Amino acid sequence: MRLFFILYLTFLAMSSMATTWTVSPSGEIKTIKKAIQLADKGDTILVTKGHYKEGNIIVAKEVVLIGIDYPVIDGEYKYEVFTITADNVTVRSFSIINVGISSLNDWAAIGGENAKNLYIANNKIERAFFGIHLANCKSSLVENNTLTAAAVAENTTGNGIHMWKSDKITVRNNTVDGHRDGIYFEFVTNSLIENNTSKNNLRYGLHFMFSHDDEYNENLFMNNGAGIAVMYSRGVTMRRNRFEENWGASVFGLLLKEISESMIEDNLFLRNTVAIYMEACSRSNFRGNEFRENGWGIKLQASCDDNVFEKNNFIANSFDMGTNGSMTLNTIDSNYWDKYGGYDLNSDGVGDVPFHPVSLYSMIVEKMPTSVMLWRSFLVFLLDRAEKVIPVVTPENLKDEAPVMKSYDISI
Amino acid sequence: MIKIAKYVLLDILRNRFVILYTFFLFLVTLSMFSLEGNSDKAILSLLNIILMVVPLVSIIFTTIHFFNSYEFIELLLSQPINRKAIFLSEFSAVSIALCLAYVIGVGVPVTLFSQGMDTVYLIISGMLLTLVFVALAFCASVLTRDKAKGIGVSLLFWFYFTLIYDGFVLYVIYAFNDYPLDKVTLALVSLNPVDLARIIILLKLDISALMGYTGAFYKQFFGSSMGIIYSFVFLLIWAALPLSISLRKFLKKDI
Repeated sequence: MRLFFILYLTFLAMSSMATTWTVSPSGEIKTIKKAIQLADKGDTILVTKGHYKEGNIIVAKEVVLIGIDYPVIDGEYKYEVFTITADNVTVRSFSIINVGISSLNDWAAIGGENAKNLYIANNKIERAFFGIHLANCKSSLVENNTLTAAAVAENTTGNGIHMWKSDKITVRNNTVDGHRDGIYFEFVTNSLIENNTSKNNLRYGLHFMFSHDDEYNENLFMNNGAGIAVMYSRGVTMRRNRFEENWGASVFGLLLKEISESMIEDNLFLRNTVAIYMEACSRSNFRGNEFRENGWGIKLQASCDDNVFEKNNFIANSFDMGTNGSMTLNTIDSNYWDKYGGYDLNSDGVGDVPFHPVSLYSMIVEKMPTSVMLWRSFLVFLLDRAEKVIPVVTPENLKDEAPVMKSYDISI
Repeated sequence: MIKIAKYVLLDILRNRFVILYTFFLFLVTLSMFSLEGNSDKAILSLLNIILMVVPLVSIIFTTIHFFNSYEFIELLLSQPINRKAIFLSEFSAVSIALCLAYVIGVGVPVTLFSQGMDTVYLIISGMLLTLVFVALAFCASVLTRDKAKGIGVSLLFWFYFTLIYDGFVLYVIYAFNDYPLDKVTLALVSLNPVDLARIIILLKLDISALMGYTGAFYKQFFGSSMGIIYSFVFLLIWAALPLSISLRKFLKKDI
């Protein structure tokens, strides 16, 4: 008990040692730069309401920057706004606008380099080039930020939340709207991405590469220019995300390229041109997802192996599954298919005849894209019917041996 | 000419078949819309029926009608009436009857449920398809002597346009898959009224994204006002061509 008391006292002494500096347009300290200059390690700088044009603010000290009533920090379309190079820095509750556009540098509203324990929260970032850009950072938390840009062309805008070579980052409750890529990760590991909204971005809502062992939960990805593309990663977990309205030619709800040992679970894919497009993916699990009103449910390229698709719902998709090869190295089991026409004699809820999710015509289209002009013609209808009765061209082994009769109750 | 057309039209309406056809279309359209919540989806399902049933009914009904009124035509020919007038009034009467059936059976209920450009296209292309197949039926009837043969040729036409032609197209695509075929298939589409109608309506519904590069190419073409004019003009040509062939044949035919 005494030890605890002493500890408490020390803590009190330490915290009283930390000074609080107040920046205000009418006060003694008029600029944030000045405050940082005066501050010592561990100090807090409060920035009151005002319009600050200070160019590039370099935070090379361990300080806590807190905005009061959202002071506006203006980059005048010329500068990066905050550049953090020290550990344990907090940037909270600022309104950051007009970040400079550069072809050489990735200027951001809040940039962090070689730092750890950063805390970036509650900022409103508008018209930024890059929004939040962390490079070689560790153990940081990015939460409750709102990023809005009105990107017109891909080369005049950057990514919303951009991370490079970082570890143990948490990104949660952020909203990214209208950037190039909503969330962009490269060489980011052991991170958690939760509850974010990424919509109306020019290119991808979420885009990552070489980012292993990351977890994506309960995010919403909606109406992004090219959907979502994730590549060259292993150990990815995606749970309870929503992929919606990613519609257009070569737009994908979720494009997976060389993803392995991953888990895609309980997600909702609604009205995408292609809900999941998979290329060279291995040993991944797809369970409990709902595919609804998509053009294609899953486009499974023959280069994928050892993936398991089980207990998913396929409802009202134009094509449930497409593939380009005859060999199947994946397992499809116990899914619900609304196109299933089989019966269940012993009423155990499992259909007695296997379901072939790949139709002949979807194979023809995969091989000869031009033949899509015959879509919905009588000929195609007849061909599909004939193939259903006696499968010749469609992969014999690509089938669900135990299709369930009733859809799973998936509520996301 | 109008007098004859009016008489033939009344005769057809008294026949009850057209009324039955109207009723059938009406029922199918209503049930499609009540089964599918989404009007786009309902139009898609309806499309299949329109592309099959409308041509089939149009061509068979017209052929049967022509041979049934053979004696009436003979009677008219014995009168001092222009052959051309008789033929055209027969054609216009049948087309009006079937188009009316289509508009009442499909057009009215569809407009009740959805009012978009796709609906307009659905109605216009359905009517044009009716015209095309009525003209083809006249062609088949004039070219043959007896009813059985006439119906046979009509059915052959129908098979050709809804099935055989598409098979041929698929074969062409398969055989020349290594070449860029988009423009070729565009030309091939124009040579079949059923395909033309199908693609116009498909492109109007928001599913062309599914059709990949080819879809984008078609959309660029058919999406422009020139493309729309092109496709409707082509459908009209498809009606006019068999009509003029059969008219020429009819003028010289020994009845």
